[in-house]
Amino acid sequence: MGSTRIICPNGHLGFAPLNAESFKLGIAEKPDFIAADSGSDDVGPVPLGTDSSTSPLKWQEHDLEAMLLAARTLDVPMIIGSAGDTGANSRVDLYVGIIKELAKKHALPRFKLGYFYSEVAPGYLRTKMRQNNPMLGLDGRPDLTEEDLDATDRIVAMAGVHPFIDLLDRGADVIIGGRSSDSAVFASAALHRGHTPSQSYYLGKVLECASFCAEPYGAKETVLGEVNGDDAVLVTAMSPAQRCTVASVAGHAMYERSDPYHEHVAGGMLDMRNCVYEQVSEKTTRVTGAEFLPADTMRVKLEGSGKVGERFVGIAGIRDPYTVQHVDDVVAWAKSRVRDQFGTDGYELHYSVYGKNGVMGDLEPIKQSKSHELCVVVQAVAETAERAEEICMTGTRQMFYARLPDVKGTAGSVAFVLDEVLRASPAYRWTANHTVAVDDGLELFPRHMTDAGV
Amino acid sequence: MTDSKPTQKLVEIAKTIRSKNAGVDKITFDVIFRNRADYELVRRSKALTRESVATLYGISPKRISDFVEYDPACAIKFTIYRNRPSGSAGDPDIFGAQQYAPLMDIEIPLPG
Repeated sequence: MGSTRIICPNGHLGFAPLNAESFKLGIAEKPDFIAADSGSDDVGPVPLGTDSSTSPLKWQEHDLEAMLLAARTLDVPMIIGSAGDTGANSRVDLYVGIIKELAKKHALPRFKLGYFYSEVAPGYLRTKMRQNNPMLGLDGRPDLTEEDLDATDRIVAMAGVHPFIDLLDRGADVIIGGRSSDSAVFASAALHRGHTPSQSYYLGKVLECASFCAEPYGAKETVLGEVNGDDAVLVTAMSPAQRCTVASVAGHAMYERSDPYHEHVAGGMLDMRNCVYEQVSEKTTRVTGAEFLPADTMRVKLEGSGKVGERFVGIAGIRDPYTVQHVDDVVAWAKSRVRDQFGTDGYELHYSVYGKNGVMGDLEPIKQSKSHELCVVVQAVAETAERAEEICMTGTRQMFYARLPDVKGTAGSVAFVLDEVLRASPAYRWTANHTVAVDDGLELFPRHMTDAGV
Repeated sequence: MTDSKPTQKLVEIAKTIRSKNAGVDKITFDVIFRNRADYELVRRSKALTRESVATLYGISPKRISDFVEYDPACAIKFTIYRNRPSGSAGDPDIFGAQQYAPLMDIEIPLPG
């Protein structure tokens, strides 16, 4: 069998723009596919909940344009997974629209544009749950309850290779995917070309974050992955400043994962315990020994986000050394005033005390701060904006009136950088981090084909 | 002079010390070494273990979901459960990217 070569210019398309130089060098290698994932749950539950992107439109367009022009010039497929950070339906439509506009703008010859959706209706999952098909919790979570579903505004399922392969089989030149496993974006291309699952999934695993598998550290640089007939995967850094080394490639397997030896995707698991890494040239590492183990039951991961309430933020500074020392009493005072006025239920009130343990909270081992000044960030969440604002204002302003027995300054216990509280995005939470059993890998991912270009 | 054995801080031995989300419910910590000798030194010192990091962060060992000595990359990594999912209101580190700092000061006993 011949070889298949894929370049990945960006580990999270849109979050920051790709770097042009290494991308150009990647294009010069004449790859068979140009692919990238555009999503992450790192950005928190707000974008999925509010159906928005966290990446600026300009940066999304920038990378899509670079990839589209290169792919159409080389006449090779371009594959994008997890459109617009979340992979929600509106994000897929956004990217499909961008591709069509770019094709028109550059008068590209007509090509086939395939796309699929990943959103799942809560009612669909509810029916499955009632048919004795529970949504199993990941990472120690209990199984999903109907109450969890009621509290969820939007759910996306994480596609494996199946919808991508289906669209490639149908001749798509460009694919815009809904929420997808990073590795599936690349593995699907290799599988479509007939490579083994073990090679294909490992190729996907190593390419998913672009130059995070290279060293020295540098994001948004292009890397080239290759599978061929001899059971190995070759990965090469395209940036003149980077190399793919045994350490950097092996090290990538543990990035953002609790288990560096196993990677789970819809339909199976990649076992990397027997991987052998070998430096074959200055910028290239060769990997053998990965093994893909198909699952008995096809289970697909679900990500759900649900609104908790409207949110306001207040900020206060403290400089008096006595007050700095007694900041816990200041916060306790403000909390008690909120409690007196608003009761104990129906809202959330959070204090982060920077200079003490603002970054780490309870995980902070340094219990006695040496800071000469502190910054307190107050967050209030409630059902309506009016109530959240009032609670936040009370929780912030009452710090000003904190009653400390031996304080010298009796004209105000804190400093305000603004005498107001600021409206923030509504608060959401991850309501679902579960898996659902499905009949096949296409069940949750309706596919569509359209044309673009002139 | 004390008669205690010489030690070196982890930050002076490791190439990389980092933390990052591993999904929405966990934060994973990676300590990566330049070479096998440094990796073995720290691994054998038993100064970086499931128990020692639980004590350092003031959490129950049950909150540590994984503790892995990862030979292929000369790395020691462990993962903790978050108390609330990432990005919940009040979460001060949505990406989990600044939770590693206390590891830097772990004193590693030197042989000899």
